[in-house]
Amino acid sequence: MTAAFILVCSVGFLLMFFVSYCRSLLATSSTVALTQEVREVAGIANGISPDDFHRVLQLLQLCPDRPEERGRVRTVSAYYGFLGLVRSTLAVAVPSLKSWADRERAQCGYFAAVALGRRIAFSRDLLAQQMLP
Amino acid sequence: MPGPLQYAVWFLCTLLEAFVVVCAIKRSAFRRYLFLNIYMSAEVLASMVRFEILHKYGFQSLTYAYFYYYSDALLTILLFLTLSSLYSDVFSELNAERYVQMGSVVLLAGTALFSFAVVQQSFTTVQPSGKIFFHFVLETSQNLYFVGLVLTYILWAAVLKLRETRARLIQLVLSLGVYFSLYAANYALRNLYPSVEAIFVVLNPLIGCFLPFAWAYAFWKLPEEARLAPAQLAVTSR
Repeated sequence: MTAAFILVCSVGFLLMFFVSYCRSLLATSSTVALTQEVREVAGIANGISPDDFHRVLQLLQLCPDRPEERGRVRTVSAYYGFLGLVRSTLAVAVPSLKSWADRERAQCGYFAAVALGRRIAFSRDLLAQQMLP
Repeated sequence: MPGPLQYAVWFLCTLLEAFVVVCAIKRSAFRRYLFLNIYMSAEVLASMVRFEILHKYGFQSLTYAYFYYYSDALLTILLFLTLSSLYSDVFSELNAERYVQMGSVVLLAGTALFSFAVVQQSFTTVQPSGKIFFHFVLETSQNLYFVGLVLTYILWAAVLKLRETRARLIQLVLSLGVYFSLYAANYALRNLYPSVEAIFVVLNPLIGCFLPFAWAYAFWKLPEEARLAPAQLAVTSR
């Protein structure tokens, strides 16, 4: 009985802390402006939609990896997966959840686009270093 | 004996813990988050001593078991003190540090007393005091994790209510919340399904890696001056 109570409470707390933690990760990138070049490369010139995340992530994987942001990208991918689950299950019963999940999914896409911008800049730096005599 | 994968996770976790302290020193945040850094340093030290004892006496030895659980209890108390220091930080503008310290001592003593009562009730026959003390240490450690989870939730509510904006502090609190919830859920699952306990035991060190990873990120990537709007982070559908 006690174990079941602890389980229910801890899963509830876990979801709340996980969502807030991921939103704090997203918030740190939401203030970064996307360059026109990144917008064109990612195909988000007219704004980012909730379904763009996977496509931008694929582009991200084509660029040389930056180990320092690998963990964050994985965490946000897990969050995106969680939001997809919420959208296809709970949101059927609570329609306001659907628009919330979509806004969050678009934020995940924006986060991936910011990471893409950083990786493009990183690749350029690498190339420039290799070109040096 | 632990397998290569368990050794790898153990090694990675210890490295991450050391990295947290290095990052804090490098970002001049060691003294500001003193208890947090003492806790991480103690984790590194405990890991090294555990490794030494494991190789000297073996995994099945009583020495290893006793050292593991006693050091775990001490580390849990240190983590609890880290949490109360985060409370002091959040409530610093209200000059409530003294009350926070008093409250955490009372709560710690209360949890210890409650755990002692539970252990004493579970032994119907007279047992050696050493055995009772060992079970008391185990019980206190586990109860402190749940108390820690509830306290972190209250701290998070205070962060939102007081409109705390320090990004680093917010991430430290949130990652502590995720860690406590994962640990408490794992502990509860182990008790609910003892037949598959082995799976949940394996998960423990992986959960242990999350906290130093998230804290290292908070120190490394977020400057002390970074600010966040906490209203953006609350779990509410706008």
